Amino acid sequence: MNARTRSDWMAPVKSGLMGGLIALLIAMVGLVEVSVKRPILTADGRILLSVGQLLLLLPIILMCYKAVQVFAAGCEKVTDRLGLLATGALSGFFASLVLAALVLLGRVINLRTVFIRASPDLFNTLTFGLGLGGGSVVLLLFGALLGGLVAAITLLPDRIRRPLVLGLALVPLAAILTSALFAGRGFSVPVALLVGVVAAALTFAWRQTQPKLQDRVAALSPSGQRTYQVFRWLLPVAIVLALPRLGAYPSEVLVNVGLFVLMGLGLNIVVGFAGLLDLGYVAFYALGAYAMAVLTSPEMTWHGIHLTFWQALPFAVLASTSAGIILGIPVLGMRGDYLAIVTLGFGEIIRLVFLSDWLKPFLGGSNGITRIPKAVVGSIALDNSPKLYYLILAGCVVAAFVAIRLKDSRLGRAWMAMREDEDVAQAMGIDLIKTKLLAFATGATFSGLSGAIFASKLTSIYPHSFHVLVSINVLGVIIVGGMGSIPGVVVGALALVGLPELLREFAEFRLLMYGAALVFMMLTRPEGLVPEARRKLELHEADGEV
Amino acid sequence: MALLELQDIHTYYGAIHALKGISIHVDEGEIVTLIGANGAGKSTTLNTICGLQHPRSGSVTLKGESIQHLPAHEIVTRGVAQAPEGRRVFGRLNVTENLEMGAFVRVDKDGIKRDMERVFTLFPRLKERAKQVAGTLSGGEQQMLAIGRALMASPRLLLLDEPSMGLAPILVEAIFDTITEINAQGTTVLLVEQNALIALSVASRGYVMETGSIRLADTAEALRNNEMVRRVYLGET
Ligand SMILES: Nc1ncnc2c1ncn2[C@@H]1O[C@H](COP(=O)(O)OP(=O)(O)OP(=O)(O)O)[C@@H](O)[C@H]1O
Ligand SMILES: [Mg+2]
Repeated sequence: MNARTRSDWMAPVKSGLMGGLIALLIAMVGLVEVSVKRPILTADGRILLSVGQLLLLLPIILMCYKAVQVFAAGCEKVTDRLGLLATGALSGFFASLVLAALVLLGRVINLRTVFIRASPDLFNTLTFGLGLGGGSVVLLLFGALLGGLVAAITLLPDRIRRPLVLGLALVPLAAILTSALFAGRGFSVPVALLVGVVAAALTFAWRQTQPKLQDRVAALSPSGQRTYQVFRWLLPVAIVLALPRLGAYPSEVLVNVGLFVLMGLGLNIVVGFAGLLDLGYVAFYALGAYAMAVLTSPEMTWHGIHLTFWQALPFAVLASTSAGIILGIPVLGMRGDYLAIVTLGFGEIIRLVFLSDWLKPFLGGSNGITRIPKAVVGSIALDNSPKLYYLILAGCVVAAFVAIRLKDSRLGRAWMAMREDEDVAQAMGIDLIKTKLLAFATGATFSGLSGAIFASKLTSIYPHSFHVLVSINVLGVIIVGGMGSIPGVVVGALALVGLPELLREFAEFRLLMYGAALVFMMLTRPEGLVPEARRKLELHEADGEV
Repeated sequence: MALLELQDIHTYYGAIHALKGISIHVDEGEIVTLIGANGAGKSTTLNTICGLQHPRSGSVTLKGESIQHLPAHEIVTRGVAQAPEGRRVFGRLNVTENLEMGAFVRVDKDGIKRDMERVFTLFPRLKERAKQVAGTLSGGEQQMLAIGRALMASPRLLLLDEPSMGLAPILVEAIFDTITEINAQGTTVLLVEQNALIALSVASRGYVMETGSIRLADTAEALRNNEMVRRVYLGET
């Protein structure tokens, strides 16, 4: 590393200030206040670290990392390494300076006339309960220490750093999950240490043995390899099947996640594979749900038909599929932003149709449709979340299977070509009309299936359940997961649908967190959490870190 | 009978009258070139032939069958492939995938494989970069890929839109050698070019276009010696 110029020292200061400002923002909107009671680390019933505090730390940690990461490569000499520690500390110091300034300001004037969240409780959290003078000094020292620590971890060799970071990240995550799922009280220090060390050790061991394991597997006979594949999948499958044992509430959350996975898999085909930005996707979800409701609810007497869930399901799905085609035809010639705007309109129109007084005798209007029967399998009524989980799981498995097969098919390649360049695709012999309509139809099918299950889950549906926000949420799921990536849909739905449901205290901040998550993803990892190989290539070929 | 014949073609972009009664023909086994200034309507002519644009009146016949009403994806199956202007390779797909895309309408696996080998023999540079993402290829390599991709459809008639655009002179020469070779192997070529000198040196016949009409039609030899062509397109004074 070369001697640093003045601007090299300004960068960490800026990063630090930025981290501090983000933390400040998080505090001022009230995120800290609502979550300071949710424990992560406890000792004798006292909270050592809460989610609220973690929320303040995270931006600072991330910005410190950003500050040191630029210089981390090639830090061989001792002076370089010390320089890096200083960079981190500097960054952390300035971050905490922002917070200290807030505390001071809060003492001098009453911030609460403008920022109602600038409460004494918050200041107490920020100063570690040590009062203004001492607390501020401790806060500054703490910030510098934290920054230094981040820099120190960055300096570790990859082999050790990854397991360590994973262990460190897993502890709060596991603590939050257990506290949300089982009304637990977070981890005590020994438990936290145990979880962290075990996770780190396992990762370390896995990273050491995995290459060898792969060689061994490659050396196996074909039948041996098949057996290996079966065993490799056994554990994940067992876990997925056992998930409802966690209880009614986690199952409820998982069912909601599943509904979004199903929709996400469909939208992923439309947007991710075929490149057609559809913002009215909720329309097909609504159609599936309403078709199910109209055909099965005893309230709907105008047509004289009363089907069971399973009898109505094919019709509900078919209704959505046809709607996908019918709504697809007028937008065949549109691309990009035009398509987005027109489909957005479609989504709203469908919702307004369901809401209209004109169709009230047929569709229930604003009163919605109630008394939708539950699905029955054999003699078991799927009347609670742990049972419904298996229904939605089956739906997701089928949809994922179809999506995977389609991706590698001739149709999948046609979608890919169309996404790249419609004219050239056409000149290669791809029938644009057919290819586009098939994308809309497949996407709508999955969404309709999701909607049908949704209707029977809730047993009553109302037009306001099918707001445009649902479309945006599904889009968020596939963006966060990774456009075009099938596992990404699952991860995205867990992150954007599952987490917020678990952490109920954040309910009112849901949209804010959505926005923040999307901005953060776009800045740091535009290819998504579980990127599709091709997109990763595309987004990172410039910086050569494929 | 001509392989391809355009008779009194009128093509519009909305109110813009881009082709004002074009009549040209290309015989089996020929290289025919279409030269003309920017905006003369050369690309529009090619797009009209391969169905990306449809003429308002006039006829396009391929082996005596009129095709002007067919959609682009059906015209490909009849043996017409285009390497479009400005290369337009599938940027996120690698070289092999791009070539496979060119053979989208074909089902004969062996034939596809043979043609892939043929393209790699014609353009060894592409073989070296078979797994490289097309968007990262150099301009010349992308041009080779665009031509190779069109060849993968195993066309009777290959439409090339300005294959020399933006390439160094040495590469232009190499590309045109390959075009001659492709033609010698039995593919008829309709070549649109700005570089009239080199186009007229490989073609047997040529057409000169001006603002949507054919101004001159003659053998390449005669066009090279034509006073107006020399002045306007060969830049001689
Ligand atoms: N999509 C379009 N919409 C409207 N006008 C168009 C369109 N494409 C081409 N034109 C117009 O049609 C005319 C012929 O265009 P064309 O692209 O065929 O020219 P060209 O001979 O290929 O020129 P160049 O050598 O610059 O490629 C031009 O005046 C152009 O502006
Ligand atoms: Mg042109």
